[in-house]
Amino acid sequence: MSAPLLSIQKLEAAYGQIVALKGVDLDIMPGEIVTVIGGNGAGKSTTMMSVFGRPRASAGKIIFDGQDITHKPAHEIARMGLAQSPEGRRIFPRMSVLENLQMGASVDGMAHFQADLERMFDIFPRLKERIDQRGGTLSGGEQQMLAIARALMSRPRLLMLDEPSLGLAPLVVKQIFDVIADLNRNDGLSVFLVEQNAFHALKLAHRGYVMVNGQITLSGTGRDLLANPQVRAAYLEGAH
Amino acid sequence: MSPSMSITRALREAGFAGLVAAGLAFPILTLGTEMDQSNRLVLEQRWSWMAIAAGLVFVGRFLVLAFARKPARAAPHTGARVLSPALAAALPRAGVIALFLFPMVMLFWLGPQGSLKWINNYGVQILIYVMLGWGLNIVVGLAGLLDLGYVAFYAVGAYTYALLSTHFGLSFWICLPLAGLMAASWGAMLGFPVLRLRGDYLAIVTLAFGEIVSAVLTNWSDFSNGKAGIMSIPRITFFGLPFNANENGFAATFGLEFQAIHRTIFLFYLILALALITHVVTLRLRALPVGRAWEALREDEIACRSLGINTVNTKLTAFALGAMFAGFAGSFFAVRQGFVNPDSFTFMESATILAIVVLGGMGSQLGVALAAVVMVGGTEVLRELTFLKQIFGSSFDPSLYRMLLFGLAMVVMMIWRPRGLISSRAPSVFLAQKKSVSGTHVQEGHG
Repeated sequence: MSAPLLSIQKLEAAYGQIVALKGVDLDIMPGEIVTVIGGNGAGKSTTMMSVFGRPRASAGKIIFDGQDITHKPAHEIARMGLAQSPEGRRIFPRMSVLENLQMGASVDGMAHFQADLERMFDIFPRLKERIDQRGGTLSGGEQQMLAIARALMSRPRLLMLDEPSLGLAPLVVKQIFDVIADLNRNDGLSVFLVEQNAFHALKLAHRGYVMVNGQITLSGTGRDLLANPQVRAAYLEGAH
Repeated sequence: MSPSMSITRALREAGFAGLVAAGLAFPILTLGTEMDQSNRLVLEQRWSWMAIAAGLVFVGRFLVLAFARKPARAAPHTGARVLSPALAAALPRAGVIALFLFPMVMLFWLGPQGSLKWINNYGVQILIYVMLGWGLNIVVGLAGLLDLGYVAFYAVGAYTYALLSTHFGLSFWICLPLAGLMAASWGAMLGFPVLRLRGDYLAIVTLAFGEIVSAVLTNWSDFSNGKAGIMSIPRITFFGLPFNANENGFAATFGLEFQAIHRTIFLFYLILALALITHVVTLRLRALPVGRAWEALREDEIACRSLGINTVNTKLTAFALGAMFAGFAGSFFAVRQGFVNPDSFTFMESATILAIVVLGGMGSQLGVALAAVVMVGGTEVLRELTFLKQIFGSSFDPSLYRMLLFGLAMVVMMIWRPRGLISSRAPSVFLAQKKSVSGTHVQEGHG
């Protein structure tokens, strides 16, 4: 088996006195969609954010593509081919859709901006209609599309999505998850997905991890976890 | 639109407002102290002042309530602009042409004596603040870093020229870039410790920075000659030709009759050029990655980091560039005045410049220029209102009421244009058509 693209090893992180991660181990193979599910405050987002150094890992290692990135500054990590669509979308509200996409491409100096822009229009036709509009005037779903497109503009090898379904209508969630599946199938994009929406996330992902209280308690293929009675009881019953 | 309210109700509410005004005016306006012959303070009662204030508030409030339609609170105003887009596009060009012609027109119209006041007090003075506003606009308007100590860099620029020219005899044209460089490095120096700060905390530290610079200039007498300041700073030359009556002076070289206005006109064109350079550089940078990164940083720092933008460099360049333009303006100030002391670089100056940026609409170049005209020009206009002395007595000095103008401008803006004179932001790039969406569509305080 080949080496993992992203490997998180015994990761610990804290917000001041509050320990958020207590030794998290997680691997993402090239071409895989991996999801972390869990309740509020389990440490899912913290795991993802600490890959980019906020909060910094207090112990453990983060290895991307064979290189230790635990103590690298965020902009260098992004340059290595890691892109993140942060929780709550965080698009730039006063800047136009096009400018938002430009910001995503700034890591590689806008080398293939035009080609990538066309590709984003193919994936998200809605963005083409809205291209000169202010980011803040888009609907929630469109903003999420923009956030994903913006992350994709840097041609990442690993796309990290933090709660892409947050606050979106079920139909839009399905749309967005279909896009993620397509990107993975057609382009071999590896995806690291953090989700509250366990049902959709596990259906989409090849493998999943269940996180409780800053620790991984269960892991397995998406299908196994969907069938797991514990997971069903905790995260799926009545959830969809 | 709801119709205006009934006359009786308006009278009642206006009466209440008048009472409040009277109450407020009593300690401020009615009671005053005067020095008598033997240098004692005597309490003076000016009931007529209170009556005038209360009467003005009563009448004004009544008119607003009875006849003006209600401020559109029910239907938040949908970005109605003061300026139509066509006018907004034509205005800058017309403005630049008008500014180029301004000194000449004034000279021919009012003659060399009469035009001096207009070119100096209005032209040069306003343009200094336009330039400072544009410089601060990079830091506050574009990068979103609230800087309350901007005047420190203005001071650095002024003292750089003052000290280098008096101690080492360096000319203005050598000192100008040095002053910019010096201020920029001080900007970066301030930038480093405040990299992690945002919002209120950043504001406090920058405020302290401004105070520290002014305190050092006041107290380090060996270096800056303290409160007394630095005098007889060499005046501006026309690229080496002094503006004096000598035979190698500017006037004699060009076969003109010597007049003091020549220097003022040259200063006018100099500050105009400096301000336009500030403007053009800002416009260019906005279309470049670094300018876009500034704006993105203002919008969302976390998103910036996750997109691989080097936030450290982005902040430092914003601080350094903003400071650089203040440094240029500072050395211009020193060469214009021929004298600098710490009194010119108080917090009041920072506040004025910040008010210009905020009133103009953060990030809008045209708005900042308009706000500078209103704020600085307004102060100058106050000096002109000498007829008020006939109403309020000969001891009334209208220019002391500039703070009132500040306050009034702020209140009026907060009611009618809470995002500044020009609140729409034109994108730096566009595909289909240029759309500038007004700020009202985005949540308050988030854009």
